[in-house]
Amino acid sequence: MAAEVDPAEVQTEQEEDVEVIPLTVEFSGGLEMLFADKKVHAIGLPAKTPDGKASNIAFLVDQVCEHLMEDDRKELFIQDDSVRPGILVLINDADWELEGEEKYEVKKGDKIMFVSTLHGG
Amino acid sequence: MFFAGFDEKIANLQAQIHTHETQLNSLKRQLATVEFEAAQSSIQQRPPTYPSTSSASHTAYENHDPHDMSFGFPEDWQAETLAALSASNPPALQRWPLGKEEYKRYGRQLIMPEVGLKGQLALKASKVLIVGAGGLGCPAAAYLAGAGVGTLGLVDGDTVEESNLHRQIMHGTGRVGMGKVNSAIVGLTSLNPNVKYVPHRAHLTAESSLDIVDQYDLVLDCTDNPASRYLISDTCVLLSKPLVSASALRTDGQLMVLNNPPRPPGDSSGGPCYRCVFPKPPPPESVTSCGEGGILGPVVGVMGVLQALEAIKIISSGSLKLGTSDKEMKNHTNGNSAKDSTAQPPSLLMFSAFSPQPFRTIRLRSRKLSCPACSAQATITSETLLSGSLDYVQFCGTTHPVQILNAKERISATEYAAVREEEVVLKEMSFAQPPGHVLVDVREKVQWELAALDGAINIPFSKIASTKVPIKADEMGSKTPNRVGVESEAFWLQELRSLPTDQTMFVVCRLGNDSQLAVRKFKELGLDHDGTRAIKDIQNGLLAWRRDVDTDFPDY
Repeated sequence: MAAEVDPAEVQTEQEEDVEVIPLTVEFSGGLEMLFADKKVHAIGLPAKTPDGKASNIAFLVDQVCEHLMEDDRKELFIQDDSVRPGILVLINDADWELEGEEKYEVKKGDKIMFVSTLHGG
Repeated sequence: MFFAGFDEKIANLQAQIHTHETQLNSLKRQLATVEFEAAQSSIQQRPPTYPSTSSASHTAYENHDPHDMSFGFPEDWQAETLAALSASNPPALQRWPLGKEEYKRYGRQLIMPEVGLKGQLALKASKVLIVGAGGLGCPAAAYLAGAGVGTLGLVDGDTVEESNLHRQIMHGTGRVGMGKVNSAIVGLTSLNPNVKYVPHRAHLTAESSLDIVDQYDLVLDCTDNPASRYLISDTCVLLSKPLVSASALRTDGQLMVLNNPPRPPGDSSGGPCYRCVFPKPPPPESVTSCGEGGILGPVVGVMGVLQALEAIKIISSGSLKLGTSDKEMKNHTNGNSAKDSTAQPPSLLMFSAFSPQPFRTIRLRSRKLSCPACSAQATITSETLLSGSLDYVQFCGTTHPVQILNAKERISATEYAAVREEEVVLKEMSFAQPPGHVLVDVREKVQWELAALDGAINIPFSKIASTKVPIKADEMGSKTPNRVGVESEAFWLQELRSLPTDQTMFVVCRLGNDSQLAVRKFKELGLDHDGTRAIKDIQNGLLAWRRDVDTDFPDY
C-alpha cells in the first residue's frame, strides 16, 4: 500500500479556484465500517481530474479511497484498481451498469452509493 | 461418528413419527367429519327422527326458517335432483373447486382479488423449493405453508443449534440436535398438515441440484454463502425456474427476484441471473457470516417473509407453467403464459432496520450479454454442472485461519494461564515483585462487555485496523509525507506506549485471528521497542481459554 498522495496534493494546491461538484456518497451493507461507521457523506469532488478530464466514477472511487476511507484495509474496497467484486455501485438508485459504469461523469447533486452484498441467511 | 449416526437416525425417526402422527390425527379428524356428515345424511333420509346433535351442518330439518326455500327437502336431495337435471354438474363430492376446509383455512386470502379462487388453485398446484432451513427459510416456509402451496421442498444438511433459535422460528428448544429439515417439517405440519412436505436432508451440490430443482416450479435461495448462491442461480437458469434470493446480516437485508421471467439461456427477455448482477464472487475475506457479524432475528425474518410474499405474487399471478417438468402439462393458468408482464423490472430491495428510510429499491441491469449462465454465449450447461467441472467452492474461494506469526510470537491458552498463576504466587511470596504483563483484548467493545478476563484492557480491533502505520522518514524519499503521519497519534496507541516496556504484552480475541493481525500491527507501530518487549498472541483466543482453562467462560 504505497502512499499515492499526488491527487491530494493537486487538490490542495488548487483548492482556491478549483470547481467542486457537490455529491452524496453513501456506504451500506457493512462497507460503512471502512468509513468511520458513517453511512452518508456529503463531499465536494473536483470537477476535473488532475489531467484535465471531467470527473467520473473512477476518479471518485480513487478520491474516496484516498480521503474518505479510515481503514487501512483498502483491499476490502478496491481490487485491481476498481471497486472489488461483491460491491454494487449505484448511481442515483440505479445499477451503474445502466449508466456507463466507471466512465459515468458525475453531476451536481448525484447520489452515489456503494453496497456490499450480504450473504448471511 | 458412531454415535452421531445413531443420533441422526433417532432424530429422523422421531421426526417421521411426529409427521405421521400429525397426518394421522388430521386424517382421523377428516374421517370423523365425513362419518358425521354421512350419519347426518342417512338420518335426514329417515325423517323425522334426528338427534339433537345435528346442529352442525344440515339445517334443513331443524329450525324451519320461514324464508327457507327448500320446502323441507334436504340439501343433498336438492343437489341430486339438480345433478340429474343437469348432467354437466360436477359429482356431489367435487361440488366446489376447493375443499370445505380449504375455504375456511384460506378464506382471508381467498376474498382478495390478488389471490381469489384462481390464485389459490395456482398455489395449491405449485411446488416450491426452499434451499436453507435457517433464518430466511423458516419464516419463508411458514408463510408459504400457511398460504397453501401444494408441495414444499426443504433442503438443508445442518442440525438445529441453540444459537439458531432466536431467529429460526420453525425449530424449537426440544429439537436442538435434530436435522433442520426434519425439525422444520414438524413445525410446518402442525401449522398446515395439508401441504406435502418433501425433505432433502443434505446440502445442495452441483451433482444433486438439477435433480432436486427440477421437481419444483419456483426456488427460494435462503442459504448463507456465495458458493450456494451461484449454484442455485445456475441451476434455476438451466431449468427455467424463477428464483427469489435474499440475504441478511446484522441489521441489513437484501432481496432480488432473479431469472423472472424464467426464459432459457440466450433469450434476452428473461430476467437477469445472480451472475449478471455479480459476475465475480466477493473475496472470501470480505464475506461475513451471521456467526461472526451477528444478526437480529426480525431483520432476517422480514427478508424471509418478503421472499414468501414474492413467491406468492409470482405463483398467484398465474404466469408460471406449473409442473412443467411433469410429463403431462398441468395448465391451471389457461395457457396464458404470455402474462409475463406481471414480472416487474429487475430490482434489488434493500432493508436497513435502523435507517430512517428502512426500505429502498434500486434498479438492476437486465441480462448480461456475456453472462456465462444465461446469455447466448453461456458456458454453464447441465453437462458441465453434472460433470463436476464447476467447483463452486473453489470459484468463491475459502478463508483459512490467519497464520502470520511464528511459534515464538504465540502462546497457548494453557501456557498463558500458567503465566498468570506464577505471577500470583510470586506476589504472595513478596520477595520478588514481578514486572507483570499486560493483556490486550482486541474484541469489539460490545463483545468485551459480555465477558472478559480479569485485568485485561480492551482495544477494539476496528480501531487498530483503522490506524495507519506512519511512513518512516528514510522510506519517504521525495514523496509528500502521509497526512496521517503529521496527525497526533490515536489515543489507544498513546496509552499502550505509556506502559512499562518490561511488561510482556499478550493479545487475545474471540477465535485467535484478529489477535495475530493485532500483534503484527503493534510491532509495525513500534510497540515492541525493537524487540525488547515481547508481544505474544494467545492461540485460538477465548475459544481455547474456555476449552482448555476455564469452561465457565461464556460461549456466545
